[in-house]
Amino acid sequence: MMKKQLLASAISVAMIAGVHASEHSGTYAFDKKDAHQFITFKISHLGYSWLYGRFNDFDGEFFYDAENPENSTVNVTIKTASVDSNHGERDKHLRSEDFLFVDDYPQATFKSTSVKLDDEDEAEITGDFTLRGVTKEITLDVEMLGHGDDPWGGYRMGFEAETELKLADFGIPTNLGKASETVEIIMSVEGIRQ
Amino acid sequence: MQVRNSPTRFGVISIALHWIIAIAVFGLFGLGYYMVDLTYYDQWYRSAPHIHKSVGLLLLGTVILRLIWRLANAPPAPLSNHQRWEVVAAQGVHGLLYLLLIVAMVSGYLISTLDGSSIDVFNWFSVPSVTGPMRFLEEIAGMVHYWATWALVVLAGLHGLAAVKHHVIDKDNTLRRMLGF
Repeated sequence: MMKKQLLASAISVAMIAGVHASEHSGTYAFDKKDAHQFITFKISHLGYSWLYGRFNDFDGEFFYDAENPENSTVNVTIKTASVDSNHGERDKHLRSEDFLFVDDYPQATFKSTSVKLDDEDEAEITGDFTLRGVTKEITLDVEMLGHGDDPWGGYRMGFEAETELKLADFGIPTNLGKASETVEIIMSVEGIRQ
Repeated sequence: MQVRNSPTRFGVISIALHWIIAIAVFGLFGLGYYMVDLTYYDQWYRSAPHIHKSVGLLLLGTVILRLIWRLANAPPAPLSNHQRWEVVAAQGVHGLLYLLLIVAMVSGYLISTLDGSSIDVFNWFSVPSVTGPMRFLEEIAGMVHYWATWALVVLAGLHGLAAVKHHVIDKDNTLRRMLGF
């Protein structure tokens, strides 16, 4: 009995998946709930090592157009107070006016304006990035990592995006030294088709 | 000079604790006020907070000792020329000063230890975190520390001015008594 039910549900999942796989255009929400999404940053410490940190709380969605991927769009909203570099005093400092000034600027946002395909799986996504109240156009180097059915009846697609920002461009007043004027940001996300 | 307090005079231990704590409070406040504006490449960027935290934790121990000493050895009675309202106000301020001292030092300790880190006291011994990692509460601890320390120095300043007023205007023994005369 149990076996039969399992088999039946496995077949129906496979059938639904088969229908989905043929057409993967659509709007995808980041898998925030189960945390298949990461925004990591790294910045040089004195020029001698990398400091890594992350933003634990962010959300977003993307629209993927399978026919013409350059019509795709993505939006991300980051809660700046969720910065986490595994050191309480440093995180407190990063949240202060010296860096992210999270009391006045609780959110950072990215809204894509154009997508330029480099090859099948890679693209440059340009958009408006707002951080600490300053909006600037930035470009993300994006790679599509994969997409397909998940084992629970959904359809997922994952990307990794990288960019580099100059702290001073966004009005961050603190001077960390010559080697630490830019920060690299890596965003890795999995979207679930809605 | 006597060691213990008598009904009319402070003993040397009470007097020493009072002035050590007074110097430490104003010193820590000044150091704290100065160090938060240091930038990354300042010589004192790391050593000033280290000294601030070390002295702060030693002060916490000192204040606890003082409270124990106070329980074991009651302070002398108020001077007879003091009005009833003066005695009540003075005692209220003393209580509030003790409370603010504890709040200021505990909140300061928490800023550094809410991520589970310990504090090294002058590379002499290490005080562990009692909370373990409880992230993202550092801001609250920081706000409490900021306001408690401001309230503490303002109130301690008033307490000092009141003593000077008794010395200069009332010409009584209030201040002299705490100097051991």
